Parts: sequence; C-alpha cells; structure tokens
Amino acid sequence: MEEKLTLFKNRKRFGIEKNIDIIFKNTALVLSSFVAIILLGIILVVFFQSFESFSRYGLKFLVTSEWNPVKDEYGAFTAIYGTLVTSFLSLLITIPLGVGTAIFITEDFVPKVIREIIGSFVELLAAIPSVVLGLWAIFVMEPFFRAFFVFLHNFFGWIPLFSTEPTGRNSFLAILILVIMLLPIVTSIARDSLNQVPKKLRNAAYGIGASRWKTIFSVILPAALSGIMAGVLLALGRAMGETMAVTMIIGNSNAFSWSLLSPGYTISSMLANQFGEADGSQVSSLFYAAFVLMILSLIVNIFAQWLVKKFSLKY
Amino acid sequence: MNSLYYQKRLSRNIGDKFFTSLSVICALIAILPLIFLVTYILIKGGSQITPELFTLEPNPPGDDLDAGGINPALIGTLIITTIASIIAIPVGVGGGIYLAEYSKGGAFSRFIRFGVNVLAGVPSIIAGVFIYALIVSTKILFGSMYSGLAGGMALSILMLPTVIKTTDEGLKLVPNELRYASLGVGASMYTTILKVSLPSAFRSIATGVVLGIARAAGETAPLIFTALFSYYYITGFEDLFYEMGSLAVLIYNFALEPYDAQNKLAWAASFILVLSILSVNIFSRILAAFTEKTKRV
Repeated sequence: MEEKLTLFKNRKRFGIEKNIDIIFKNTALVLSSFVAIILLGIILVVFFQSFESFSRYGLKFLVTSEWNPVKDEYGAFTAIYGTLVTSFLSLLITIPLGVGTAIFITEDFVPKVIREIIGSFVELLAAIPSVVLGLWAIFVMEPFFRAFFVFLHNFFGWIPLFSTEPTGRNSFLAILILVIMLLPIVTSIARDSLNQVPKKLRNAAYGIGASRWKTIFSVILPAALSGIMAGVLLALGRAMGETMAVTMIIGNSNAFSWSLLSPGYTISSMLANQFGEADGSQVSSLFYAAFVLMILSLIVNIFAQWLVKKFSLKY
Repeated sequence: MNSLYYQKRLSRNIGDKFFTSLSVICALIAILPLIFLVTYILIKGGSQITPELFTLEPNPPGDDLDAGGINPALIGTLIITTIASIIAIPVGVGGGIYLAEYSKGGAFSRFIRFGVNVLAGVPSIIAGVFIYALIVSTKILFGSMYSGLAGGMALSILMLPTVIKTTDEGLKLVPNELRYASLGVGASMYTTILKVSLPSAFRSIATGVVLGIARAAGETAPLIFTALFSYYYITGFEDLFYEMGSLAVLIYNFALEPYDAQNKLAWAASFILVLSILSVNIFSRILAAFTEKTKRV
C-alpha cells in the first residue's frame, strides 16, 4: 500500500512542466490581447494626431469644403459627402443585383453544378486586389462608359446629379467599380443566409399552395433578412473604407459638386493622395479626416455585429 | 376540373415567370462583367510577360520607350508579405489558441472576439495612417522613415484578424474527445494543444492563413505611405530599412503615369498578382473540398 502511494507521488508533474504550462497560457493570453491593444492604439493615435485640427476647427471641419494648404484652411465636407454618396449609391445598385444573384444560386433554376460554379466564381472575385480593379477601371471602364455619360448629361442634365459635362474620371465610375467590388460580398453572404433557412419552412409554404416567388418573398427572404442585412452593412463598411480603386477612378477633386459626372473625392482617396506630401497642420487635418472615416466604419461594423447577434435565426 | 392543370395565364404564374427571369437577369448582370474583367486582366496582362520583366529594374517614367522590369517590386512584395506573416501568424495563432482552448466565454474573450471583428472592418488605409504616425513619422526604427519593415507591420495589422479567426474556428472544430483523451493520459494543457489540438486543426488553419497572406499581398493602401516605392534592386539586409517597392504600389503608380510603357508594366504586374492570388484561392478551395470528402469522424 505504502509503496503504491509513493509511486503515485512520483508520477506528479514536474515543477518545470507546470511552469511551462502557465507560461504558455499567459503568452496566449497576452497575444490575444494584442488585438485590443492595436484597436485602441489605432483609435488613440489617430485621435491625438488629429487633435490640433480638431481644436482649431471643431465640428466646422465636417461642413466646410475649403481645403487649401496655402491659406491653411481645411474642411472635409466634399470628401465626407463623396464617401457617403459613393458608398450608399453603390450599395443601392448592389443590393438588388446581389440578392437577386443569391436567389438564383439558391433556387433550383439550373443544375446544382452550374450554380456551385457560379457561386465559387463570385467568391473568387472578392480576392482580386482593388488596385487591379482600379487599373481596369481606368483603361477599360472609363472609355466604355464615356458615351453613356454624355447621353446621361444630354437627356437628364436638368437633374442636379447629372448636371456637369462629363470629363474623364468621375464619381459615377467610382460607384460602378464599388458595385463590382461589393457584389461578391453581398452575394456570398446573402447566399449563405438563404441556405440557412430551414427546408421545412419552404415545404410548409408550398404545402399551403404558395407559388415559388410568393414563398421567396413572404417566407424565405424575411427569414434570411438579418443575415442579408448584416452582409449589406459589412459591404457598406467596406465601401466607405475602400481606397485604391476609388482613388484611381474618382478624379480626386475637392471642388464640391452635386453632380456624379464631375470628379469627386472620398476620405480614403484624399488620404491616399495627400498623406505622402502633407506637412504642418495639413497632416493633422488629414488625421482628423481619417478619424471621421474610422468612426463611420466603426459605427457600421458594430451595428452589423449587433444586428447579427440580435436577429440571428432562431429556428 | 380545369383548376387541376397548370394555367399559364394565372396572375401568380405570370408573376412567378416574371420574377424568375428577373433573378436570371440579375445573375447575368452580376456575373458577365466579372467574367469579362478576369479574362481581360489575364489576357492583357499575360501578353506583356517577358523574361526580362523578372530580372530588370523599372526605368523611371519618361519618354523612354523601354520600361524595364519589375524585379524589385516582385521581391519587395515577397519580403513585405513575409514580414507581415512573421508578425501576424504567431500573434494570431497564439491569440486564437487562447480564445478556443483557454477562454470560457467570459467578458474578456467576448470582447476580444468583438475586437477581432471590428479590426477586420477597419479600412486598410487606416492601418497605413496608424503605422505612419507610430513608426514612419517618429523614425523609431533606427532613424529610418519609410521602410519595408513599416510596410510589413501595416500589412500585419490587416492579416491579424484573419489569422485569429481561422485559428479560433479551426480549433473549435477539433472534437473535445481528443482533448479529454490527451489530458486523461496525463498530458499537460500545452502538450495537448501543441501535440493534439493544433495538429488536427492544422489544415484548416493553414488554409485560412494562406488565404490571408494572399489577400495581404494585394493590399496597396497600407503601403503607399509606409513602404512607399523604390526603383532599385534589393541587394541586402539593410534595404529593409529603406523605401521598398511592391507589385501593388507599382500598379498604382504606373497606372497613373501618362506613358504607355509604364502602363504596360502595370498590366504585367497585375497579371502576376492576380494569377498568384487566384491560384492560391483555387488550390485551397480544392484542398478544402477534398478534405471534406475524406473527413472521418
């Protein structure tokens, strides 16, 4: 008996091994908190760098559109307006297209193999770098749409949105390239949430005599709505922060215009354009603009996460 | 009796036909430009590929008809993404291990998971701005301003959420029985994680990480004012502390040049970038599909 107990005691873990275990756990803990540190660091650094501009202009920065390094006057209204307009309008085009495509992929109009190929192809496109899309937009899309813009201006010039003579790069092209970038996101998330709707809901609807599209509109889409909404918000966040493709095609002009056919600006394209050469209080103003962009995208992202948690499928 | 047969003219059937064609049209409008885009990039870029492209420096833009090659940018992209991976993979895998293996769903781990999602949504240019303020403008890295090292750090911020997420999710898929078995025979927690959990989740983690690296390789916004750009060959270790070119920034800079020779170089660089990113993606997809079919539970 006594012998057995000592044997048992000897099998206890060595102290060094215990220590390694504790060190390992704490290392993992520290590494995981890096995320929080970086996130807080980004917010704090951008905020403090923008402090000079913030205290000088306050909230006036958001509503004035003068951006003049010579006179040292800064206001980011044009860029903020451009960010909001390009992202919302591109989303407006993307939602019906993306959800329509997702429905096409999840319904059985064509054989499953074809649908799967289409689905994975759309997902692959999300992997194409935005700078390559920008290159494509400059050399293919812009010449392709030139005649269309002239037509738009000639016939709908009385609408403020199309009131300027189209000259090369403009906000409308930025919206179109954003649509191409957002389509894969919206489509794949909408597809996933449509696929998650339980089959029995569809069967029940068919059973009481609903037609296919009655079922889609009244049963499937409402059940998948929260997922689709979250995808749309993620896409919105992406659209607001998207830099390269937009910078390359939007024309980069700080002159404010209601027209989509004139060159515009977004916050991120302003950063990409001016950050390298800026000095003095311009840097601080750019940081202020970056701070605005970050807050916008944080709000959208947090809201998206809240939405997913709150309305996730409960079937 | 008639009502038992399918009636074409019934408004519900007409409506159904209408919406079906609408969704087909949506799918066509969505997919055709995408197909066109990919083929255009591959054909236009592929036709610019020459052997010299891989060995020469790019010539400074000008009336010079010969644009040179993209060797420094190619090597630069490899170096910068490697730096980003060296930073992001250990931190991300470690963080993922904590979330999946140690945390008990308390406030801290929920906060970290939330932070991971938020960080994933931070615009990529903000990562560049952050590193600029932290490293470039303070010259904290041995007095060097714009450097490949700073660029790699900016990219690592973008990679980090992906790595943590895939590690976390990959480890969560490992059945608990494996852990119980390992702990039951007396293995300590870290041995269990290193010898049992991580190896069985290895393939899914590796796939996610590789996809994250591929995505980072094409990122431009964080590099344009951290790594900047360079026309010259990378010759030695000390070049890490100076401006460094990359394929993505080369495309951006040369697309905006008015000269045809530079534009062609941008197309060639796009071809290389897109082809490598797409092949990594397709390969990992095939691998994932293959794993799913052969998975034994």
